Amino acid sequence: MGFKDYCFKKSLWVFHFGGASCNNCDIEILDCLTPRHDLERFGILLVGSIRHADVLLVNGSINRRDKERLIEIYNQAPKPVLVVAIGACGCTGGIFAEGNTFAGPVDKIIPVDAYIPGCPPKPEAIIAGIVKLVGKK
Amino acid sequence: MAVDIFYFLVFPGFLFAAITGAFLSWFDRKITARVQFRKGPPLLQPFYDFFKLLLVKETILPKYGSPVIFLLAPVFAIFGATMAGVFILLPLFNITTGFRGDLLVIFYLLTIPSFSYIIGSLASGNPLAAVGGSREMKLILSYELTFLLVIAGIIMKCGQQFDLNSIIKAQQDGSPFIGSISGVILFIVGIFCIQAKLALVPFDMPEAEAEITEGIFIEYSGPPYALIKATKYIMFFILPSFIIALLLNGFRLEGINILWALLKVIGIVLLLTLIRNTSPRVKIKQAMNFFLIWMNLFAIIALILIAFGY
Repeated sequence: MGFKDYCFKKSLWVFHFGGASCNNCDIEILDCLTPRHDLERFGILLVGSIRHADVLLVNGSINRRDKERLIEIYNQAPKPVLVVAIGACGCTGGIFAEGNTFAGPVDKIIPVDAYIPGCPPKPEAIIAGIVKLVGKK
Repeated sequence: MAVDIFYFLVFPGFLFAAITGAFLSWFDRKITARVQFRKGPPLLQPFYDFFKLLLVKETILPKYGSPVIFLLAPVFAIFGATMAGVFILLPLFNITTGFRGDLLVIFYLLTIPSFSYIIGSLASGNPLAAVGGSREMKLILSYELTFLLVIAGIIMKCGQQFDLNSIIKAQQDGSPFIGSISGVILFIVGIFCIQAKLALVPFDMPEAEAEITEGIFIEYSGPPYALIKATKYIMFFILPSFIIALLLNGFRLEGINILWALLKVIGIVLLLTLIRNTSPRVKIKQAMNFFLIWMNLFAIIALILIAFGY
């Protein structure tokens, strides 16, 4: 593992993309940054602009309207960028998988590096997913 | 010649200021985390951030806007910060060489990073960056006069000396300037000016994260953003050092006094961090009122007190 990879792993800045979400996953993602779980001790920060992001968190079911925006956001991100699909809706489509407006789970639209299933996943599960993602690379 | 380049690039200049500033920025983040009952990032976190941005990430140029100016702005910013850092830190470390940093030159050099941010943000063609740029411009308009009044107060206090060396010497021979009523007022006003210059929380509307998503820095990615980060680290060290040189006796570099110098810097940064963590972001209009009316009033009261010898 080189110096570059090490720095990248130690400083993952996260951009949060919420599709047509029911907001449960959003709240669980924000829980990870609260004092109890505190992801900043691993160098993980929530950033406001996609230009600064290293990880794109996608949650919620992606409907036809979100699809274009998700592709746009992904193209705007400086590479290398990791994509994490969070929640049942992000990973498979969940209960919306057969809906009329559903435009496919996240991995049919952009390449996904890690899946964190759950409805919603607990913050511990999200942290475990991030740890596995970092260990994989 | 070689020794000048060494001064500029290594010891009191770029490398030293950037590394110390990075550690201070870790200190700031750690204190913020402790205030919020979190654990906080590891010691080398600012270096990981910097090298990740510099070596790993790619640069994306905005589609609308001027790429050359967009890329040159961070270079100007880091150049201005380094120049200001050299002129502030050479007298502080008691190195007398070449051009003696004059207060007004330092004052103008310290505004170059802010101006470069404005130029870069307006060159990016992003509407949110334009909002951030206009806010930064208003913020500069409001705090610069106050900062100049603080400097004028210091100049009056040490008998019309414009030279940072003689200001530090006057304090080390006599007593530090903060030990009087006018000194305390100037210190308070100066701390608020630094807070606005560093764009820390009560005055962070140019880069309001939740509101205009990092504002002036919204389009920067990769190496240019790394340069902006380095500029921020340098400013985070040299501005507290500047206030220490002006009001708190400067540094003395023999024996136990090195510890005192370190404690002074850490104390000022701690003060800035605590202000940042205990106050909300104000609107730009409130910030302008705060500086143009209240802080100017305090600074002028301090000037009158100095004229009467308090």
